[in-house]
Amino acid sequence: MLDHYDLTVSSDLANLARIADFVAGAALQLGLTEQQVFEVQMATDEACANVIQHAYGPGVPGELHVRCELAGGDFVVTIRDRGRPFDPRQVPPPDLTCPLEERQIGGLGLYFMGQLMDRVVFRSDPQTGNELKMYKRRSP
Amino acid sequence: MEVTSRQLKRVDLVKVNGRVDSATAPQLEAALQGITAQERFHIVIDMQDLEYLSSAGLRVLVSTLKLVRRWNRGDLRLANVPPRISEVLDLAGLNVLFQSFDNTTDAVGSF
Repeated sequence: MLDHYDLTVSSDLANLARIADFVAGAALQLGLTEQQVFEVQMATDEACANVIQHAYGPGVPGELHVRCELAGGDFVVTIRDRGRPFDPRQVPPPDLTCPLEERQIGGLGLYFMGQLMDRVVFRSDPQTGNELKMYKRRSP
Repeated sequence: MEVTSRQLKRVDLVKVNGRVDSATAPQLEAALQGITAQERFHIVIDMQDLEYLSSAGLRVLVSTLKLVRRWNRGDLRLANVPPRISEVLDLAGLNVLFQSFDNTTDAVGSF
């Protein structure tokens, strides 16, 4: 068992499946329950889809780095890219209670990230790029 | 991800297998658009072998649902929803919008 697991892929939606498998593998190795593995997998998928769709322009090559590790009592997924910053805080949360006709379709991915993980932290730096960290408290 | 459709007399039965994420959701969308473009608005989605459904997939389901329900002309109903997928629908507040059945026979018969 390593203390961290790293994956670098090109910023391509087709790599979402690879990322999902990677995160599931790392999460299981690092002691998460099956339910927790599902939750971190989904949160990571949503986060990476956002990065891939927003970070680099169409046809512009770029990379995405995903790290899975333990930090204190948490399982932490860190997603880094060097594209345009996508700040999750800029997107309004969806209304999940309104009737069908009024349901907006955006913002659901971010909402899931916040619901499935215990903490989501976004940072953007012109030197080092964008960094999204998501924390999942492990079972005692 | 694999989408296969079967056109029954009044209802279209769509089976979705594998992962529906941002990469594959467009395929699902295309399949559903292929049905509604024929003015057919009674759809059952068989989720028996659906492993994963992201918000991108949910967006496709919701937009199709809105379309088929317009003027009460039809509906989109779910069959064989796996527990994990049900969790996702729940999380999104969408389980109250979709009618779900334990098997495709009941789902098709409900129309």
